[in-house]
Order: sequence, then C-alpha cells, then structure tokens
Amino acid sequence: MNAWTCRNLRLETKMINEEAFRVLVVDLTEGKSEPVLFGSPSELLGGSGLAAGLFASYGLMDASADHPDQPLIFAIGPLTGYFPLMSKVVLGFKSPYNGQYAESHAGGRLGLAMRFAGYDALVIKGVASTPSCLIVGSRSIGIRDVHYLWGLDVLATGKHLRRFSGKDSGHRSILRIGPAGERGVAFASINVDTYRHFGRLGGGAVMGAKRLKGIIVLGDGSLPLPGEKAYRDLFKTVYQEVTQTPAMKKYHDLGTLENMLPLNELHAVPWRNLQATHDENVHGITGQRFAEELLLRKTACSGCPVGCIHVGLLREKFAEQNEFQYRQVSYDHEPVFAAGSMLGVTNAGGVLTLLEEMERQGLDVMSAGVALAWATEAFERGIVTDKETLVPLSFGDVEKYREAVRHLGMRTNDFYHVLGQGTLVAATHYGGSDFACVLGQEMAGYATGEVYFASQAYGFRHSHLDNAGYSYDQKAEGKKSEDAVAFLIEEERTRVQLTCMVSCLFARSVYSQERLQECLTSVGLSHLAESLVASSRDVQAKRWQLKYLTGYNPKDISIPKRFEEVTTWKGGINKVFMDSVAVEYQNAVRKLANEGQKVQGL
Amino acid sequence: MKILRAARMERCIGCYSCSLACARLLHQSLSWHRTGIRIRSAGGLSTGFEAQVCLGCDPAPCVEACPTDAFSQRKGGGVRVKRSTCIRCGECSRACPVDAVYMDSETGLPVVCIHCGRCTTFCPHECLDMSESAAGDEDDQ
Repeated sequence: MNAWTCRNLRLETKMINEEAFRVLVVDLTEGKSEPVLFGSPSELLGGSGLAAGLFASYGLMDASADHPDQPLIFAIGPLTGYFPLMSKVVLGFKSPYNGQYAESHAGGRLGLAMRFAGYDALVIKGVASTPSCLIVGSRSIGIRDVHYLWGLDVLATGKHLRRFSGKDSGHRSILRIGPAGERGVAFASINVDTYRHFGRLGGGAVMGAKRLKGIIVLGDGSLPLPGEKAYRDLFKTVYQEVTQTPAMKKYHDLGTLENMLPLNELHAVPWRNLQATHDENVHGITGQRFAEELLLRKTACSGCPVGCIHVGLLREKFAEQNEFQYRQVSYDHEPVFAAGSMLGVTNAGGVLTLLEEMERQGLDVMSAGVALAWATEAFERGIVTDKETLVPLSFGDVEKYREAVRHLGMRTNDFYHVLGQGTLVAATHYGGSDFACVLGQEMAGYATGEVYFASQAYGFRHSHLDNAGYSYDQKAEGKKSEDAVAFLIEEERTRVQLTCMVSCLFARSVYSQERLQECLTSVGLSHLAESLVASSRDVQAKRWQLKYLTGYNPKDISIPKRFEEVTTWKGGINKVFMDSVAVEYQNAVRKLANEGQKVQGL
Repeated sequence: MKILRAARMERCIGCYSCSLACARLLHQSLSWHRTGIRIRSAGGLSTGFEAQVCLGCDPAPCVEACPTDAFSQRKGGGVRVKRSTCIRCGECSRACPVDAVYMDSETGLPVVCIHCGRCTTFCPHECLDMSESAAGDEDDQ
C-alpha cells in the first residue's frame, strides 16, 4: 500500500454507454480495484438511481455504517458534463448518523473529473492498512500512504494533497476529510475542492472509518461527442437560458443568502436555537451586507457558467503593528443560518470565522451550528455546565463558539463525543429533547411552518431539498394535508429525476422533464428519454425501500416540541395539520417503498 | 487578423465553459484537455485561475520547430495546423514557451488555439477578447 498500485485498465473511452454503467470498484483492504459493467441505464438512469442500485448490490443492509465492507458510492449521471449545470455528484452510503441508506450531493470539479476519468461511479469498500489517499485517473489507479496527514485539518490536508499529480492542477478534483471524519463524528463532511461539500449525514465519518484521508480524481481522458448540429444547438439554447434569463439571477447575484432578509421579514428564520423567527439585527448577516463588506469573488462548479459559489474575505488583525492574516470562506444561506442566526451571531465577519473553523474540522456546518445552538440553550438552562461544554457558551459569542467547534471536531470530552453523535442523542443523554432542533437530522434554515417541519422530519434525506416543503408553506393557501402530501411526493419525483442526471437543483426551472428528454435524445440516449418518467418514479421507490431495509422506522422520529412553539407570518403552528401531513406523508412513502420491492435488482 | 486574448482572467470563475466550448465545437469532444484553451488553477481554487492558450507569437517558435511544416505561421500571429502532415513528434509542444500546445495522449496529435473566437461567447464574465494583433498588447493572464 505504500507504493503506487497502477495498472492499465484497457477501458475504451467512448460515448455514453447505453447498455451498462462503467463502475470502478476499489477494495482498500486488498489494495486492488476492478472496473466492472453494472446495471441498466434505462432503469437506474444514473446518479441517485445508480447509487441506489450499487448500494443494493454492494451494501450490507444490517451491518453498521463503519463495517469495513460498507461501500462509499460516488455516482454521476448520463448528462454529466454534456450540458450546463450537469455538475453534481451523488454520494450513496450507510449513514453513521442514523444507520440508514443515505444520499448527499456535492459539486466542484468532481462530476466532470469522474466523467473524464471514464467512470459513471466509484465504489470504495474495505479499510486501508494505513491512512491513505486514493488517486483515480483514466489510465491509473493509486493508493498512496498519507499517514503523515492524519490529524491535519481540511485546509492543510488540501495543500499537501495538491502536491500529488501537480501537472493535473485545475483538471482534477480533490476530496478530503478533517479531524471530525477521522474521529467518527456522525455529521462529519467530505470537503470537495475547498468550497463544496458532501455535507450531511456523515459521509466524512465513513471515509474516516476506511482510513481514507483523501480522494483525487484526475480528469485526464477525453470523450467523443455526437457530431450532430442538434446537440450543439441545444447546448447553446440551454447555456443562454442559464446565463441570460432571470431564471438563475438569484444564484449568481447575492446568492442563496438573498433569502435571509425576506425570510426574516416573514418571521421564518430560526434564531438562537429557534427561540425566535425574527430579529431586528438581521442586517448584519444579510446577502447585501456580505456582498458589500466581505464578498471577494465568485467561483463555479466545473461546467456551470452561473458561478453561485460566493467566497468571502475574512481579514483579521493578529498582532500590533498592523499584522494581518486573511482567509477565504464560502458562504450560502444555510451556513449563515447555522453559524449566524441559529447561534445569535449577527456580524458577517463572525459568521465567516465560525464557518472557517467548521470547515477546518471537517464538520457539516448546518449540523454543527444547530448542535451548538442546542448546547447553548442547555447551558443557559443549567442542564449542562462548563464542566461539559468546557467553555461558557452564550448566543453571539464568536470566540467561545470557535473553541467549541474545535472541541466538537476533536471530540475532546464525553460531552462533545456524545454531541458528535447528533443533537438528539446528546439531548436524550443530558435532557433537553424538547428544544433539540432536529427533524430527522439537524434542521435547515427555514422556519416556514408545518409542511416543512413534517417533510424534513420524515423525508428521504431529511433535507429541505428533498421535496421543497418550505416552498409549499410559503405558496400554498389552505391547510389540506392531502394536497400538501401530493405536492411533496411529486416534487420529490421531479427532483429525483434531476439528481439522476445529475443536475444542480438550482437549475430545476431550466430542466423541465421535456427539456431533459430533449437533452438525453440529443446525446443518443433516446431510451433513457423514453423511460425517464417511469424510471425516476422507480428510483424514488428504490431509495425509499433501501431506507426501510436499512432500519428506517417513522415511529422512531418525532417532531420536538420547540417546533410547535414557533410563530411565523401565518401565526402559531397548527399541530393538528402538521401531524396530519406527517402521517399521510409516511403512508405515501410506505406505499412507494412497497412498490419498490417489485423493482428488479432489489 | 484578430487573436484571442485571455485579457481579464481575474474575473474567471472556473466554470470551464470556454474549454468545453472549444472541445465541443472544434474537436467534437468532451474534454478539459483536448481544447485550444485550457483552464488551470495554481495552488488551489483560492488563488484563482489562469488560461493556457496560444499568445499568437509572430514569428512562432512552434512553427520553427515543426519538421514537416504541419505548423505554419498565421498572418497576424499564431499558427495554422495541417494535421495530414503532422508526424506527432511533439516538437511544437516542446518549443512553445507558454505550454499552449497540448499533445493529445489518445490521438498523439497537437491541439492548439486557432484564434477562431468561438469560445468567447461562452464566457459568462467576458474574460476573453478577440483583439487586433499588436506588438506590446498587454496581457495580464
């Protein structure tokens, strides 16, 4: 394992294979890899469907998330690289957070790097004998001993990993974990190309369990494109739509943080562990404030001309005589909610300070922020003391939070060890479950009401991105649970359609079903275009079935009392409506999962 | 004749749309490499991007180095490439002082910008220009 383990794969680099996916299966225990053909693209589509299909074949349903044979699956889709914003990668894995099959999505350069390396998916199983970095290219595979990086933070690790294959700078993707992943924090993230992440549900801890400190994918191959003018014309049309129409303005102007001010006006921003939904001090952390004071530049995922990644410049004086250091930290609505409003931090520089520390530790920032918000309220109520928290936590105190983030990443003592298993685990242990802001996992930055609360709690990824419940809360009139559930299920299907391709969800207004079918046909995948609707529904069902098979039981989930106490622009929470949405959503999902059993391959 | 200038690379967001456009429109390929303009990051994304692209030399060292005249001088700067007489020796690539000639590892052929300007319309931040060739034209890539 100390030396390169390279061999020629003799894989034909050709246009998309309509017959099967090309998958590289890496066994870290053996130090060997095998390229295989897998599955049916017209049934699994790619991305979410491919990851689910691979987990059904390679995953262990009953074994724990850190079992050596559990696979870590990275999957791209049939349109990856072929059209703008087809730039994401789906990670399929068994979550150390809840023990269930999970997905997390990330952008950066990884999607195109995998396309150019010639693989639709990477399946990584086994455990390396020493901390290692996997390096995959179109004609090479290497497992490099990097024991000297174990313990280093995400940013330092990135600097060292860039030394490998330096000639490929700019044409590769570099993934790595920090101390949180090494130490098994259940919400440790995987950093992708510095500014993107497989954030949620603990993919970083799975990498840590495999002693896999880093992954580098070299995009060193080339693929032929269809010669027809129709493809090039369609590309141009889509490109113009995403760059010249208002469809994407929000994302490249102020970015998703544009939401902070209007949501605050709506009384829909979680403040100080969701003790409030509105705060007059919001102006310190709005998109406008960040843009005016801290925005340094924007950057993009490879293949996306929108460039939604907002990078802030944090300039800090560290000594007298004008000694300064600077840092570049990416921000979005969710991170600013988690390290800002949820922790009562109302200055933009303070938010970036905390985000940078969370990045260094390799923590999912949303989970870390919500966990520390709970810890702060627990501290204020005397449920825990500084014997547990080690620092006196107080809403708005950036320096104390910065120390606490380090403790959380390093799992310094029993308290932070338990908190690193999830807020609700800590609340069950110490008390304070009523005010743990957990909806299946730590909440997202929307206090919009009943449908969002129920849909994240019982959703597939426990993410606001699963089914847009937050949007339903804002747009729908009336409180009919059957309408809400019908919306959630169909919204989930259309999003699964996109995450099979694998599109950025920000492009959902551009990539209608018909447009996706046009795109597939233009690159010679008319079979996938024909099966798109039926197969995306099958994939939706497959994913739910995997979740059930790996232990999902909606009876294990409840919506903490804090969510019932929320007041939004619509007034108080209607608990009867929320419970009704929750029950009917569970029923609809169970029905879907049962349909999934009929799907071949599971 | 006009030549391509990567004149405002400090605006680059690293979307690779220019590279992908050249690969798609001139080489019928999906590639980061098989393209006349290649985008690189130096020392990670936090340091920004640079373009590896022909500067339009006149006389061009790659033309002088080519043993078969597959590379010939383009009026106004840059080169014309005749693939039929290329023997894939790579002398052009070695002669280029800015690494703008990529030797395609799959075809063995050199890939270099021909200053057609088709990539410019796909840059969302106007990093690229088609400008009249002029000695002393500043390029801050």
